[in-house]
Amino acid sequence: MSTALLFPLTGAALFVMGVAGLLLQPHLLRKIIAFNIMGSGIFLILVGLGQRGGSPDPVSQAMVLTGIVVSVAATGLALALARRLLDLTGKMQLPVPGEDAARDGPDA
Amino acid sequence: MLPGTDRMPDVIPWLILVPLVWASLAFLRGPGRGGRLALAGLAVQTGLAVKLAMQISISGVQSHAVGGWGAPLGIDLYADGLSAILLLLTQVVVLLLVVYARAYFIAHPEGVSYFWPLTGYLLAAMNALFLSADIFNIYVTLELLGLTAVGLVAARGGTESVGAAMRYLLAGLMGSGLFLLGVALVYGTYGTVSIAVLAPLIEAEAPSAVFVAVGAMLVGLLLKTALFPFHFWLPPAHGEAPAPVSALLSALVVKASFYLILRLWLQPFAPLVTTAAAQLLGLLGMAAILWGSAMALSQTRLKMLIAYSTVAQIGYLFLLFPLVTVTSQEAAESALQGGVMQVVTHALAKAAMFAAAGTVILSLGRDDIGGLGGVASRLPVSIFAFALGGITLAGLPPSGGFIAKWLLIDGALNSGQWGWVVVMISGGLLSAAYVCRVLRRAFLPMEAGARFNSPARALEWSAFTLALMSLLLGVRSAEVLILLGIR
Amino acid sequence: MRQLAVTFIIILCIAFGLLLFLVMLDLPAPHVHLAVQVNEKLAESGVIHPVTAVLLNFRGYDTLLEVVVLFVALTAMLTQAKGRNLQHITTKPCSVPMQIEVLQWLTRVVVPLAIMVAGYLLWAGAYRAGGAFQAAAVLAAASVLLRLASMLHTTGLPGPASRIGLLAGLLFFFAVAAAGTITRQQGSLLQYPDDWAGLLILFIEAGLTFSLGLILARTFLTLADDDDTRGTER
Repeated sequence: MSTALLFPLTGAALFVMGVAGLLLQPHLLRKIIAFNIMGSGIFLILVGLGQRGGSPDPVSQAMVLTGIVVSVAATGLALALARRLLDLTGKMQLPVPGEDAARDGPDA
Repeated sequence: MLPGTDRMPDVIPWLILVPLVWASLAFLRGPGRGGRLALAGLAVQTGLAVKLAMQISISGVQSHAVGGWGAPLGIDLYADGLSAILLLLTQVVVLLLVVYARAYFIAHPEGVSYFWPLTGYLLAAMNALFLSADIFNIYVTLELLGLTAVGLVAARGGTESVGAAMRYLLAGLMGSGLFLLGVALVYGTYGTVSIAVLAPLIEAEAPSAVFVAVGAMLVGLLLKTALFPFHFWLPPAHGEAPAPVSALLSALVVKASFYLILRLWLQPFAPLVTTAAAQLLGLLGMAAILWGSAMALSQTRLKMLIAYSTVAQIGYLFLLFPLVTVTSQEAAESALQGGVMQVVTHALAKAAMFAAAGTVILSLGRDDIGGLGGVASRLPVSIFAFALGGITLAGLPPSGGFIAKWLLIDGALNSGQWGWVVVMISGGLLSAAYVCRVLRRAFLPMEAGARFNSPARALEWSAFTLALMSLLLGVRSAEVLILLGIR
Repeated sequence: MRQLAVTFIIILCIAFGLLLFLVMLDLPAPHVHLAVQVNEKLAESGVIHPVTAVLLNFRGYDTLLEVVVLFVALTAMLTQAKGRNLQHITTKPCSVPMQIEVLQWLTRVVVPLAIMVAGYLLWAGAYRAGGAFQAAAVLAAASVLLRLASMLHTTGLPGPASRIGLLAGLLFFFAVAAAGTITRQQGSLLQYPDDWAGLLILFIEAGLTFSLGLILARTFLTLADDDDTRGTER
């Protein structure tokens, strides 16, 4: 194993940690942080695999810059929605799924 | 690759620029403004899409090297018959929905604030996605599409809407994250993200990383397409949004990620796909049909019923994968035709049904199926539109849905996969059942003391036009299928 | 049941992580070397820094869509800006008056510096790390500082002037992209005219710095907006 692979391997670890956090953490702020960890993992893989040859690769760096801006945008929107949910329900959590389905049975 | 050598003016970039520009102008005009800009923009875009379809049918596949560089250094745009069909479908459906939405938001301004700019950016994202020939660029268009769609769902601002939008956003981000992971692995392996450059490289050699990449991209896109069991986010998002938004999302947005699965499955990743993966997708499609239909049958709210029907109809799209993978040329061709017809007719029918449902809900002021009594006599055009849409979903002749299901069944018989025929026919019967549940209520007499407001004519007739088109497509399907043949 | 699902997800994630490790240790050398192509064409790109060349020329179309993503996120956030009910949010006064005076003094020193740094980053992008996004981030950070020092109050939806500011940089970018298809015989989207690439990239970056700075600042202010009606200090 070369040291060049250190970045993508770290990225893979971050990615799965982020995915697990996104799926398992009920608190929305934690979900949003987990999404950012997941994203950072992907960016490390992209840059790390791009410079396997030894020299830095401008194309993968530019792609990562694009990816960072996109994840900043998504994080901003997610925070706005999370804060709105906090205002509406008093909880930093997704409203319980299927609450409607439980309330309405099949109609007669 | 050079752009068209016969000096035809290039329409490809304008399909992306026009919606970007009118969306921005609509934002400049301020909250709630921009309906007329949207109408003008869509008229131009429809013309462009028709022109592109004509160029493709005369001189074949079109491509456009952005910035003049060409792949793999630059980004290429690419349009064949399949992209032209989806572009045309998108512009036509949205044009009619714009007519509908203008009338809808006059009657019910809740959620209109940034509807027009977000719709414009959504269209730019869809058009860019259908035209892209570069998997990293596809990732950017997917994110743009996802965020605009979430903004449209959240716009109404209640707990249900914002909760549904949040769930939709998180599911979408997970999906696009998996897709980007796949892109990173593909780029790391081959050093390029251009589909045209990748195809021969993948054919020559595919290390194990590429299989993992394809798996991650597929799961990410399935999450975005809401195939069972990844459908959990769809019914609330589509059911809670304002009616024009529900129609946009159900008719078109889920089709965008399906288009990507189909395109990537058929083009660069074809050497990697296996029969087992195709059969698995078919089985998930079957589960979606059964589960979505059963849930639709048990809903009490009209828009939730239609949203679950989308879950079921998405299932049909995935039945085409076992039929196009490792089967005879003939079977694969007719299954592909059936699948694309299903995309087109479902988009028209579902837009019509959500639009008609929105009109009904506006007029009655309520959303429960139990309170639909008397609607058939008060809103005959809307109920007729809903019924025509239902005929297409159930696949009855002479609708476009009939042709779609016929071609899929033909593909199943030709490849000797009888089991899928049973699934398709029982799915059709289930669709007929949930549509009839609504219609039966609508023809009952009106409850005493029920409120009723007469809707604007544009609301009723735009939905009716969509439904009529889904029906007439059954008669004029040949043109669509010829265009699809250009690859 | 929930415990079972949690265990299943954790096992799945670990397994997928190990799979990623294995496949990445087993990668052959890449077939295409884009870095070489970038260097070959760098002279034609109008800038000296390869990353900027990719971002604003070779793959400039990605960047165009990416600024739209950022703008769309703000637009979607603005749909949530009105009629907020604040009963669950505890608002504390940000500082005692003594501290805020120090903060305001500091802000008066730092904000002009930040604007200078942003200008430098924008210019530096042509030949070294830097560029519109970095410069815009610094500008937005200055607005955050102003907000924390209670020297900037933006509430509600953007007015007409604000809307023009938010979009001006994007509209200029669209115009340059469109001009590529019109002005040439066989032109394509975002194709810069010969010898003008460097100048146009600088203009696009300047416009983006301005608009992205406003977009990022507005994003923060919308999130921080607590309908603060307590009087401003100045």
